[in-house]
Amino acid sequence: MADPLATVAGLAAQLAARKLSSVEVTRALLDRIAALDRSLNSFVTIDGDGALAAAEAADAARAKGEAGPLTGIPIAHKDVLMTAGLPTTCASRMLANFVAPYDAHVVARLKRAGTVLVGKTNMDEFAMGSSTENSHFGPVRNPWNTALVPGGSSGGSAAAVAARLVPAATGTDTGGSIRQPASYTGITGLKPTYGRCSRYGLVAFASSLDTPGVFARTALDCALLLAAMAGHDERDATSVDRPVDDFAVRLAASAADPARPLAGLRVGMPAEFFGEGVDADVASAVAAALDELRKLGATTVPLALPRVGLAVPVYYVIAPAEASSNLSRFDGVRYGHRAAEYGDLADMYRRTRAEGFGPEVKRRILVGTYVLSHGYYDAYYLKAQQVRRLIADDFRAAFAQCDVIAGPTAPTAAFRIGAQADDPVQMYLNDIFTIPANLAGIPAISIPCGFTADGRPIGLQLTGPAFAEVRLLEAAHRFQQATDWHRKSPPENVA
Amino acid sequence: MTLSLADVARVADLARLEVTAEGAADVHAKLAAIFGLIDQLSAVDTAGVAPLAHPLECFAPLREDAVTEHDERDLYQSVAPAVEHGLYLVPRVVE
Repeated sequence: MADPLATVAGLAAQLAARKLSSVEVTRALLDRIAALDRSLNSFVTIDGDGALAAAEAADAARAKGEAGPLTGIPIAHKDVLMTAGLPTTCASRMLANFVAPYDAHVVARLKRAGTVLVGKTNMDEFAMGSSTENSHFGPVRNPWNTALVPGGSSGGSAAAVAARLVPAATGTDTGGSIRQPASYTGITGLKPTYGRCSRYGLVAFASSLDTPGVFARTALDCALLLAAMAGHDERDATSVDRPVDDFAVRLAASAADPARPLAGLRVGMPAEFFGEGVDADVASAVAAALDELRKLGATTVPLALPRVGLAVPVYYVIAPAEASSNLSRFDGVRYGHRAAEYGDLADMYRRTRAEGFGPEVKRRILVGTYVLSHGYYDAYYLKAQQVRRLIADDFRAAFAQCDVIAGPTAPTAAFRIGAQADDPVQMYLNDIFTIPANLAGIPAISIPCGFTADGRPIGLQLTGPAFAEVRLLEAAHRFQQATDWHRKSPPENVA
Repeated sequence: MTLSLADVARVADLARLEVTAEGAADVHAKLAAIFGLIDQLSAVDTAGVAPLAHPLECFAPLREDAVTEHDERDLYQSVAPAVEHGLYLVPRVVE
């Protein structure tokens, strides 16, 4: 039976066996998007004609025997990644009419791998937010319950994958923008090591933290996409030149002891991730997931990350500082919005930026400008960079005692749209468990591990040392082979 | 430290962002709350700790001195708000 709603690996098998063509899958998903996305608002651009042309090309390549593992697989890109010839808006009025003149590196890599781009996904403006409510194109809704947020900032990609509108989508993660929405929507989200995937063509928010990554329903699918996205790019000075593991092949290898495939894996449990402030349903789902990891052969190690509680304040100095610098390029001269009425040049800048940016983006620009301004740089920016090192040192010490660190991805499950919209500090604290990995530059994955009593998905986060993606993916894959949380689908919300 | 309304106006000017008189109080209240969070850092002992600017602490790699960019002026200017004869148009800056 052909199933166009299968996972990436499931679709790849059906395409290879000629049970389905890429055109058939793409058509089915475009129809599904047309029927269901009115109630979710997960896409800001749908490129039906482009997708069908790419699907035809993929089918032709397969007929000639030139297909790879991702040939003909429909995907979506977060609208912060440049896609040549298509709008790239960052969900901002500033770029509402901007058409990208070139492809981001990860977009080009996935195109070359034969994926079919169906559209661009909604997000918090310039990736600043934890709920995808800060979009010029309106909020994204959580497919599990449309009164809830999907998390953010990559909420459109997360909602689209959770609702099975596409089997996989890219995201970017600066402080949790892949993992937290993956957790809120019950899917798998991987933030790779900083430097693993090129930032070329990713519209910059905070350059020392921004990391392109991927959403899918399984760790195996994330492995397939990461293998195509990762790799050195000399156009990004922070792109790391080191070999890319064939992640999916590593996952397919059979374990020495099939009953205990995680034997030997030491899982660190930092006291700071299991304390107060974690919702009771989240805590019990994560505790059950740790039991499952033990059943699969892993051992758990109690440990401490004593400075990790400072991660949120460190982040809210460093990220806005870098953002204020990066977003100075939006001045109404070379691209994007320009105010209709203005006096002199400075007035044009001020009005253009006041009209083009939404309130959260403005707040972060103001915070960043302040902490970098004369007389405050040492007290804020330098201080934050010093504490950033202390947090990275905590992780280094922890990974001497364990192979991966486990905990909840977020302290709660998804909250209601509007519930935190007027309280930025409350909103920032949703990322308390995800920000530390960005500050340390290390990889982390969120995988579904249960539901709250009222049916909201819960995520387990696994964090590893730099370049240990395969270790995270393997642990997640073994967990998913033994559990079925990742197979649960939200109700079909027909608009 | 306490952030004043005058600070908000000064920073908005530095950031080239117009903050209206009616909007300033709300902006000020929210920024003050954010700095309440950030000010936790002032209590941390960081004597002798080198700042971490970049997670991998790598250095900008060198490449060969070769031409890698081509003239894409028309393409790049096609997305500009106002262009004439290959030049970006802005308000008069020299009287």
